Parts: sequence; C-alpha cells; structure tokens
Amino acid sequence: MPVIQSDTTFLGYRRENGRVGVRNHVVILPLDDLSNAAAEAVAHNIKGALAIPHPYGRLQFGADLDLHFRTLIGAGCNPNVAAVVVIGIEDGWTKKVVDGIAATGKPVVGFGIEGHGDHDTIMRASKAAREFVQWASEKQREACPIAELWVSTKCGESDTTSGCGANPTVGNAFDKLHPLGNYLCFGETSEITGGERIVAERCKTPEIAERFMFMFNRYQDMINRHKTTDLSESQPTKGNIAGGLTTIEEKALGNIQKIGKKCTVDGVIDKAELPTHPGLWFMDSSSAAAEMVTLCAASGYVVHFFPTGQGNVIGNPILPVIKICANPRTVRLMSEHVDVDSSGLLQREITLDQAGDKLLECMLRTANGRLTAAEALGHREFVLTRLYESA
Amino acid sequence: MIHFVLHDAKDTVAVVVVEGVKAGQTLSGWIMDEDRMTSLEARQDIPIGHKIALKDMATGDTVWKYGIDMGKVVAPIKAGEHAHVQNIKTKRW
Repeated sequence: MPVIQSDTTFLGYRRENGRVGVRNHVVILPLDDLSNAAAEAVAHNIKGALAIPHPYGRLQFGADLDLHFRTLIGAGCNPNVAAVVVIGIEDGWTKKVVDGIAATGKPVVGFGIEGHGDHDTIMRASKAAREFVQWASEKQREACPIAELWVSTKCGESDTTSGCGANPTVGNAFDKLHPLGNYLCFGETSEITGGERIVAERCKTPEIAERFMFMFNRYQDMINRHKTTDLSESQPTKGNIAGGLTTIEEKALGNIQKIGKKCTVDGVIDKAELPTHPGLWFMDSSSAAAEMVTLCAASGYVVHFFPTGQGNVIGNPILPVIKICANPRTVRLMSEHVDVDSSGLLQREITLDQAGDKLLECMLRTANGRLTAAEALGHREFVLTRLYESA
Repeated sequence: MIHFVLHDAKDTVAVVVVEGVKAGQTLSGWIMDEDRMTSLEARQDIPIGHKIALKDMATGDTVWKYGIDMGKVVAPIKAGEHAHVQNIKTKRW
C-alpha cells in the first residue's frame, strides 16, 4: 500500500485563514538589525517564544525593500506561526509588517523602540508575548488532508551522491505528492545552469516556460555583470568540489533530479511571493541554503526537503528542514544531522520507490510533530536575501 | 559490491560510491538507467563521490553525465583515471 494517497491525513494546526501549519511558534520578529537585542530579550523572558534575529532592515529601497517586507511579512504569515510580536526601531515600518501579518487573522502586535528605549519596549512586548504563548499553547492539532501540506525543496553541500541518490529520492516523493494537489516548490536559479532547457521543457505551458527563462536569464545577467572568475569554488562551492562535483553543469543536472520524472512545473514566482494554486512552483531564488529556505518559509511552505551530500547542517526557525543523505561516509560521520538515509540506493539495497516512501513517512511524522534533526540541534538560520547596496 | 554508478550508458564519467578505491583495483559499476552492470580498472586512487573516467578523452572533448553535456576536457584523461577539476572545466561563465 502506498505511504500516501488522496485520503491520507496529517495532524496540523488550522489557522484563522484556513491554511494548515505543522508547528505552533510564537515569533518575536525584529523589523531591523537594531531591534534584535530587544527581540532576543523578550524570547529570553517568555518561555516558548522564538526570536528570529537578522542583520537588515535599514535604508533599503526599491525592489530590495519590497523583498525585505515580503520576507518578514511572509514569515509572520506562515501557518507554522501561531502569533507574532513585531519589534522595530520606529513605529511606521513596524506597523507595515504588523498590518501585513494581521491580514491572515492571526494575533499580531508591534512595538517601536524610539521614545521608549529597550527596557520599556522589552517589558511591553514581553507582556504581549506571554499572552500569545499561553493562548497558543491551547491550540490543538487536527486531522488535515495531505493536499494541505505545502512542501518545498532545496539541496546543499551537494556532492555526486546527491544527484544519484538523495535528490532523486526527493524527486520520487514529489512525483507522488504532485497528483494529490500539494503545493510544491523548488528554485536555486543559478544552480540550474546547464539544465535550464530540461526545466523549461517540463513547464506546463509555453507561458510558464517563458517566465522561467526570463527568471533564469535575469540571474545569468547578474552573474555575468559581477563575476571575476568562472565562479569555481563559489558555484560549485569548495565543499561541492571536495565532494567530487566538478562543474556547475554537473551540479545543476544533479540538482534538478529533485523535481522527479513526472511533475510538471505549474507556475513561477519571484522571491518570497505566494503561489496561487496547487502544483510545482519554480521560485527565482538564491542557491545559498539559508537564504533559499528562508524564502520558502516566507512563501508559506511548512515542510522542507533538504538533500545533502557532504553534510550541510542548516535549519530554519519556522520551517522544519528534513535532511536526506545518500553518501554513506556522511551518514556515518554526521549521523546526528541526517533524517533520512538513502545511501542504500547506491548499492541497489533499496529501490528509488522505497527511498521516496521512506522520505514521505518521515515527512508525515515531521508534520505530525516529530522534531527534525536540525530542530533538535537548534539550527535556526533565518537569512534575508539582499538584492543590492543600501541607500 | 557496487564501486561506481553512472546514469546513462552514453556517460563518459561515473561516480565512485565506496570509500578506499585504489589504483589497480577492478571495479564493478551499475548503469542506473538500464539497470545493468559493467566493470573497469582504476588507474588512480579515487575518493568516494569523485568521478572515474570511463573512456580516454582528449582536450576539448565534451564530458557526458546523465546523458548530458557537463563540461569540457582541459587536460587529456585516460579511462580509469580520476576525472575532476584538474582535467574538466565548465563551459559556462
């Protein structure tokens, strides 16, 4: 019997706007770098509150500022988040983030530091956070249809075993989720270089293929504008090369194994945008692990598949990151980071179908509440993508 | 024991999937897309995850993996040798 079928359910938290989350975080969200200290103090005061500090938010402008707001608001709106306390240096932009999150109907309140100082802000924000945490702690999980689980993917510190084992495992799971009507997402625009025609051919309509190629070429133009070498050691990374990957084309051909053999690409979004219908979405995005996973969280995804070869240890504060590894050496040396061992694939001990099912079983357990390795180890990398310099 | 895997019978490089491959060792390989086995002698030590050349290649040749172009040869490679950044480069960027 298949691990998942259309009547499979998982235990999730249904939010005010109808979306379903698999975690129940109360987030203390700083608008900007200056507000990290207060946010972390509140999270220290109130047990169960989670601060997600980051280094940006000042003097950004244009598309870069839009992306900043989209990412913070998207993270707050993510259904893995029950309630949010926003803290910013001043009231105006703080309110903008609060209003964006409030549209979901979830509890959210904001505090500006100027005119009050850290002490008073921390006191007021802690009172709000304490109320939110106690309120959220009474939320109950309920059975939800599998199709309501939004699943994203991105790989990291890949090596050649990623393309032979861990990434095809994700592809097999995506091929099984896609017909059920799940929202799925992949991206890593630069890391499709050499495989872009294959992705374009998988697009459901010529319009989607054209939009994909626009995003792909836009990223290539950016690289060509700034590059000083052939990017070797940056893309592929030093770790990729140490693991045996030689060229960006080889890395890309392995990367796109994650979209399986049957899935169509059903839509294209820009960074941190919300997908508007079920299916597999390509998101124009950085190939840096924490940036991409943060963008997936901001786009509303609630579980993430992260294949690795050499052992990337990334996590995210609000999006559970499931690690899949097919490199037997990494599985042996870094077992505490690996949720799904698919190394048996490379010795023909298990079939790809069995590896995909093993991942889907882990996905259901994670959705039902089991902590991932990255969650248990405290990995909470929340990294905002910047497009250019500050004003 | 599978020592190396390749995706497509057309591929000119394959991935070593076990630790400790030594020069002179006869290796068993699995062609994944066709689910059949092949074999080859290693001419050099090759670390796990690194590639072994399946045929002799000259400078300028295209390197095939997944049945697709993955770059160009920049120094001659003999079958059984370690194929990596010292003899293969990207065609992009």
